[in-house]
Amino acid sequence: MALLEIRNVTRRFGDFIAVDNVSISIEAGEFFTLLGPSGCGKTTLLRMIAGFDLPDSGQILLDGKDMVNTPSEKRPIHTVFQSYALFPHMTVADNIAFPLRMAGKTPDEIKSRVREALDDVRLSNFGNRFPEELSGGQKQRVAFARGLVNRPRLLLLDEPLGALDAKLREEMQIELINLQKDMGVTFVFITHAQNEALALSHRIAVMNQGNIEQLDEPSRIYGFPRNRFVADFIGKISMINAQVLEAAPSHLKLMVAGLGEVTAPSKEGVRVGDTGVMAIRPEQVRISHHAEETELKNHFLGKVQGFLYVGDVTTYIVELSNGASIEALLPNSAPGRAKFFEAGDPVAVSWRHDAGIFLND
Amino acid sequence: MRRSNIWLWFAAVPVYAFLYIPLVIVVVYSFNDSKLNAEWVGFTLSWYKALFNNHEMLTAARNSLIIAVSASFCATILGTMAGLAIHRYKLKFLPVLVFTPVAMPEILLGVALLLFFLQVLNLTLGMISIIIAHTTFCIGFAAIIVRARLQGMDESIFEAARDLGASPWQTFRLITLPLIMPAVVAGGLMSFTLSIDDFVITFFTKGVGEPILPIQIYTMIKVAVTPEVNAISTLLMLLTLTMIIIASKLDSSVLRRGTK
Repeated sequence: MALLEIRNVTRRFGDFIAVDNVSISIEAGEFFTLLGPSGCGKTTLLRMIAGFDLPDSGQILLDGKDMVNTPSEKRPIHTVFQSYALFPHMTVADNIAFPLRMAGKTPDEIKSRVREALDDVRLSNFGNRFPEELSGGQKQRVAFARGLVNRPRLLLLDEPLGALDAKLREEMQIELINLQKDMGVTFVFITHAQNEALALSHRIAVMNQGNIEQLDEPSRIYGFPRNRFVADFIGKISMINAQVLEAAPSHLKLMVAGLGEVTAPSKEGVRVGDTGVMAIRPEQVRISHHAEETELKNHFLGKVQGFLYVGDVTTYIVELSNGASIEALLPNSAPGRAKFFEAGDPVAVSWRHDAGIFLND
Repeated sequence: MRRSNIWLWFAAVPVYAFLYIPLVIVVVYSFNDSKLNAEWVGFTLSWYKALFNNHEMLTAARNSLIIAVSASFCATILGTMAGLAIHRYKLKFLPVLVFTPVAMPEILLGVALLLFFLQVLNLTLGMISIIIAHTTFCIGFAAIIVRARLQGMDESIFEAARDLGASPWQTFRLITLPLIMPAVVAGGLMSFTLSIDDFVITFFTKGVGEPILPIQIYTMIKVAVTPEVNAISTLLMLLTLTMIIIASKLDSSVLRRGTK
């Protein structure tokens, strides 16, 4: 039996449907992420799991028991808030002790559990500090410790890394993965940052306009996006209009106007004559100076339009002969070199026959 | 100095002069060794001594203190509850209901309360009626201060408390109340200062028996402005000022009284 089961949950605010008949089941020990742009319904869904809000219809079951009539304080579910929500008038130790006190633990047990929790988040010497005396990352760790100290069945995390700078965020991501592994607590994580979701999660539900667009493992979400929204929202992807010429069990043959035939991996439900896009990730596109040594089926000529240097890699934007543009990513393996191609260079781009993906309109 | 600054000084100096010179004169003449408020003769504390031998004045001061303490106590509790309710329930009419007495002309409130006490409640006017009247107009001030404090706070703190296992009552006792305490105390001090020097509403709702400080002072200056009046005014000023300073140190919204 799943630990948490969300069954046909709908929540409306006036005419606006924030969560539209959503069903998810989350297993014990999982690191589950709700990913989507702001306003997609992920926060509303989280608030209903926590008990701050109630669904208009549907059920939320924890260990098979419907939670709708259980108030927030009686649910074995704790939340880490985006603003951390530490109690400003209590010390770090008192903040962490709070859920234990509410659960009626003995003073001795509280003391030792708080010490353990402080050790777990490497804040052993900070117990007597007040939250305002801590840095953002330290506050964040106190919030994790407070959420985990009473071993909830489920920990909800509402964009907890949103307020941290990029470097610290990466450190906290690693810390979060370790915490979750060590504690064995099930995490439901909310974020709009797709790279964070990919890095942390066992499974991701991509949400848009109150619906789940795709629910899968990170590598499948990235590699096999189910529709254009998911493809576009997760990572970078180039899309070229195409029509299906041939739909074989082993591959698809697509016609791209002004360019020619493209081979793509086969996909269920695609029929000859379907229109849509051929989508391909920049790192799957090979770019080279004219010389054609390639045995790859998909190869075309183009011209470098521009590039984006970000240090480790450079993305080249190539205009194909039919006017469509495609991005190709190249690691900057030669030290001190920002680019291997100049804008205006004629180039050849190619990709494997099983690299792209066809997405119906 | 820039030209615009000079003009601003021209406006500011007379304003502050009109505000504070009368107060300074009252304080200075309370130490003047003369029965007349005309010229400076010499320093004395005898007016203060006379004050403490004036039985009626002492009774008035005691009555006023009893009223101010009781009224501010009740107003603080009720005003805090109102402030919390306004913040939590977002009902459009609630702020109007609570804050209206703050903006209402005192004379109107005085007359209305008088009629209400006499004709509806059939209450004998006295200390009780004054306490009720003062409580009524102080609630709004206390509520404004508490609400202002709540508005500046992260709402998720209260959700976090519930989330971590606290019942609504525990959340109030352990989280909400300690966090709004400075505003609650400030609201109480504010109510105290409003109550202790209130004239208009007190005038309408007082009975015949007991003397009340502001009214006692008024009765005395009807005869003549004696140095004794200066002395009691100085003491009153000192008390009020201390309270306001403490209150504004506790909560900055005190100085924005009556505003949203």
